[in-house]
Amino acid sequence: MSQEADGQKVDTRKRKFLIAATSAVGGVAVAGVAVPLVMSMLPSARAKAAGAPVEVDISKIEPGMLLTAEWRGKPVWVVNRTKEMLDLMAKHNDKLVDPNSEQPQQPEYCKNATRSIKPEFLVVVGICTHLGCSPTYRKEVGAEDLGADWPGGFLCPCHGSRFDLAARVFKNVPAPTNLVIPPHQYLSAGKIQIGVDAKGA
Amino acid sequence: MSALQKMMGWVDDRFPLTATYKAHLSEYYAPKNFNFWYFFGSLALLVLVMQIVTGIFLTMNYKPDSMLAFASVEYIMRDVDWGWLIRYMHSTGASMFFVVVYLHMFRGLMYGSYRKPRELIWIFGVLIYLALMAEAFLGYLLPWGQMSYWGAQVIVNLFSAVPFVGEDLSLWIRGDYVISDATLNRFFAFHVIALPLVLIALVAVHLVALHEVGSNNPDGIEIKKKKDPVTHIPLDGIPFHPYYTVKDIVGVIVFLMVFSAIVFFGPTMGGYFLESNNFIPADPLKTPPHIAPLWYFTPFYAILRAVPPMFGSQFPGVVAMGLSIVLLFFLPWLDRGKVKSIRYRGPIYKFALALFIVAFVGLGYLGLLPPSPVATILAQTFSVIYFLFFLLMPWYTSIDKTKPEPERVTG
Repeated sequence: MSQEADGQKVDTRKRKFLIAATSAVGGVAVAGVAVPLVMSMLPSARAKAAGAPVEVDISKIEPGMLLTAEWRGKPVWVVNRTKEMLDLMAKHNDKLVDPNSEQPQQPEYCKNATRSIKPEFLVVVGICTHLGCSPTYRKEVGAEDLGADWPGGFLCPCHGSRFDLAARVFKNVPAPTNLVIPPHQYLSAGKIQIGVDAKGA
Repeated sequence: MSALQKMMGWVDDRFPLTATYKAHLSEYYAPKNFNFWYFFGSLALLVLVMQIVTGIFLTMNYKPDSMLAFASVEYIMRDVDWGWLIRYMHSTGASMFFVVVYLHMFRGLMYGSYRKPRELIWIFGVLIYLALMAEAFLGYLLPWGQMSYWGAQVIVNLFSAVPFVGEDLSLWIRGDYVISDATLNRFFAFHVIALPLVLIALVAVHLVALHEVGSNNPDGIEIKKKKDPVTHIPLDGIPFHPYYTVKDIVGVIVFLMVFSAIVFFGPTMGGYFLESNNFIPADPLKTPPHIAPLWYFTPFYAILRAVPPMFGSQFPGVVAMGLSIVLLFFLPWLDRGKVKSIRYRGPIYKFALALFIVAFVGLGYLGLLPPSPVATILAQTFSVIYFLFFLLMPWYTSIDKTKPEPERVTG
């Protein structure tokens, strides 16, 4: 189609093509400029470098007690589990979502009944797999507010997710998976390093 | 011609000052039967201005740095002259903004103000509401208290529930592996620059659209249908200025009485406007024993908690929460009623609206409580009511027995 203007023919097809081409090239330019802006919001080189391993002295944790360490800005718990705790822990597999740790929430060397290298020491990232709150350590068996069959474990204050003393999630709570076991290794009997995989694993 | 008139003429030849004044104030004809519920639009505008002004003065002493932020807020409260007043005005203003906006939205629901031809006014309004929620959420991180920190942690983690891209998305939002200094700094940028600009632009288009089609009124009838044959002014319309400017001033005075009472005598409102845990500096290693969002988010938070995880993911809950707001956009097309105003609606709509309000307030209350089995079942019931109000609306509004609308507005 074409129309007359000042006695001259206007090529509207050409005009439409030029408008479309200009818009497309302009759009590419806008997208190009947006990339650096969007990318600038990713973790900076400094934030990435801050994830160095940390060493924790676990020799002074009394039986049944919990120690919180910081690794990559997150809380990492070390729990010294007693014999009674470990015995009780094996009795409620039917109430758990993933009793055998099938989900890759732990390193290969912690994929066992206690989710740990040494049965008594649980090392776990204390961040709920639901929405990232830090659960509370509730070791009292049969605590009043948690029901008579509470075997001891962790309760998330935000949305009520429950985990046992191997940080395995119970059924019918908001959290979908077990808590994460970080890579860690024993430097000596009383000292662990978090953030580095166990040797020979 | 006086000197003043000459000057106005000079300006009007270069900028439509008189024309704009007439179009939006002295010759903008609003229905003469506005009632109590029509105060909240102008009050929302007042609070917006107040938030911007107090916000500017807060930034003069606030430090968006995770090491300094908490102390800088305490510094404003203790050492800056009148700092406490500016800060309490800002924190009270945030909650009062939602009070007036919720009442403003309820007015729209009652009188069918979202119906044709005001669909776009409603849509712009829902966008304002969304921007306001984002603004409130971003601002809440800035004092860097325990609730700031863990509230942001929970909300940002909502994004990580998105399948496939979730983890990267939340990493991009935080700019770090946890909520950190990088997160605080960018939230500050969004809170003080990006979103206020978006809000002001949206408020402008909301008002332009309103003044294009004209205001609705408690009778839900169009005053433009009955015009004076000579002047073409709606018979039931009165100029916005001076009639409604003066009426709104009365509303402003009453509002400011309530507002100052809160600022001076109960700025924390017993933990509802400022949560007590937020007076403890952020500790990334320890979640407070009970965390709840501020009251204006709790209805949606309760919907989020009411949905159990499915297929090993909590994404369905996040979708439900998002959907509960997205549905608002479709309201103009979901409502098939023959009349707009609650005054002429049948019993079914009145019942549905009452039930909806009960469910919304109920969800808001449950969202404040720690999770428990009874609360979860109640929240699930209320959530279902919330969604059915919208999803069944095309059906129940079309079968409802309505009363005839009047020709002219009533008292």
